[in-house]
Amino acid sequence: MVMTDKQLAERSITYRKKILKYIVGAKAGHTGGSLSCIDILNVLYNEVLNVGPQNFTSPNRDRYIQSKGHCVEALYVVLADKGFFPESDLETLCKYKSHYIGHPTKKVHGVEQNTGALGHGLPIAAGTALAAKMDKKNYRVFTLLGDGELPEGSNWEAALTAAHYKLDNLCAIIDNNKLQITGTNAEVCNTDPIDAKFESFGWAVRHVDGNDVNALKEVLNTVPFEKGKPSLVIAHTIKGKGVSFMENSVKWHHGVPDKHQYETAIAELDMEMANV
Amino acid sequence: MGAVIENNTINGKPNQDVFSAALLELAEKDRNIVVVTSDSRGSGKLVAYGQKLPEQIVEIGIAEQNLVGVAAGLASAGKKTFAVSPACFLTARALEQIKNDVCYSDNPVRLIGISAGVSYGALGSTHHSLHDFAVLRAINNITIVAPADNFETTEAVKLAVKLDKPLYLRFGKKAMPLLTDDEHNGFEFGKGRVIKNGNDITIIATGETVYPALQGAEKLAQQGINATVVSMHTIKPLDAELILQLAKDTGAILTVEEHSVNGGLGEACASLLLQNNYNKPFKIMGIPDEYTVTGSQTEIFDHYGLSADGIAQAVLNLLQT
Repeated sequence: MVMTDKQLAERSITYRKKILKYIVGAKAGHTGGSLSCIDILNVLYNEVLNVGPQNFTSPNRDRYIQSKGHCVEALYVVLADKGFFPESDLETLCKYKSHYIGHPTKKVHGVEQNTGALGHGLPIAAGTALAAKMDKKNYRVFTLLGDGELPEGSNWEAALTAAHYKLDNLCAIIDNNKLQITGTNAEVCNTDPIDAKFESFGWAVRHVDGNDVNALKEVLNTVPFEKGKPSLVIAHTIKGKGVSFMENSVKWHHGVPDKHQYETAIAELDMEMANV
Repeated sequence: MGAVIENNTINGKPNQDVFSAALLELAEKDRNIVVVTSDSRGSGKLVAYGQKLPEQIVEIGIAEQNLVGVAAGLASAGKKTFAVSPACFLTARALEQIKNDVCYSDNPVRLIGISAGVSYGALGSTHHSLHDFAVLRAINNITIVAPADNFETTEAVKLAVKLDKPLYLRFGKKAMPLLTDDEHNGFEFGKGRVIKNGNDITIIATGETVYPALQGAEKLAQQGINATVVSMHTIKPLDAELILQLAKDTGAILTVEEHSVNGGLGEACASLLLQNNYNKPFKIMGIPDEYTVTGSQTEIFDHYGLSADGIAQAVLNLLQT
């Protein structure tokens, strides 16, 4: 289905409401980060990736690997929307014996890799992209990293490999909400300038407003940015985006709204929906 | 079956050499096989492989975490992936990648730990892998194999290609003798190979300690003590059926390994036996919980009694208990 810009924007709001609903139901979840990255996932699955329930076993499908696995709630609501599983499954989120646990696993239809430990997505994505090159296949590999996981050294090891093997079928996206559990990235371990670092490693880098679906659509549909280079999208996002009292607040990293907070958040999102 | 031990003559090659030759032969026929190395093609004896099959080798550089992560990605896309790196680095620095990217995600990477145990004897503890069995035994969904001789190594490589599940295979640099003239008693992951039969004691050894165990058994035979010697090449899954049968059939059990006495083959056997009410003499031989003396692999083996004489003496001591 081809979505209009308005429909795409509305879809993000719907996803945000669902993220909150299931986090409240589970009494657990990474609220702030899921709200910051949901526009990226919306655009990837609805506008960019050649993957869905029908072709998920195809060796030629595009791959999406979520390195920031803790924001799995965002992935779950999108996968449910794409028909990988019934949305009602998410009522079991983080419940005893549920497959829908707090990090992605392949037990959930649509998940490519088990992630959760940070700094793992980029090496696996690089290996998968390298396999495509070796096999002369055209599929692409996308991976989403949190900005807080950039100090993991394995990211930089993989950044070298991706450039060395000219993996222009690889696109890494950084959900650059600038906050992590202890405080700002700058306070915890300053990783700026991210763009210059990756460029010096041999990547082609673009910045984008990571909460603007139209801007995301444009940039993600132009990869590779340069032939022979892996692509990095630094998506500038707002942690807790869409709910005024959650935005840019570290306490919502894995904060769970109470009943009143939930109702207030949904009312805000409904208001935003009316104004799209 | 009869043991081929003639005046301690080494009639084989290093298992590492045999591994690379066997893999090259298989990879020439199966273009989906790919080797991933961390600046380790020289020590892995893969220079010829790289020259003949440059499209089937991926050089990562010295970055073991990335080696395993990239290997997991390749394996997930259907490549028959062998990640080759010194055992000491592969199973310590990249342990989280092994646990998550290979085992938990069930990506069928064949992890090849070269120069394992104390093969890099004089280089010190940074280069020893005496922890690998222990840490990998505690991780679900991985087969752990330490072949003893060239025959077992060749068979292990063939099976590794077919297994299509996470696997750890480790071996060393030293030339190894062929342990038995009976290659027809087969090789299968998870099934120990009885190299010699005897009723007095069972010596369960693995990897490069099987040879001195067999030599020790030959010495004991001259004194009228008859030992069964098992090459327990697969540490996990352990051949419980064989061990429990030999526990009944023989008078004691001694385990021998090129690994810490903590958490390896010996403790795996001890756990099995104790939970099956074993009450005969039992001892674990390996490297004690200390930073090892340094020297060649043979000198380190001698120092800790992992030699023919040391193992024979340990058997005598055990049978007196």
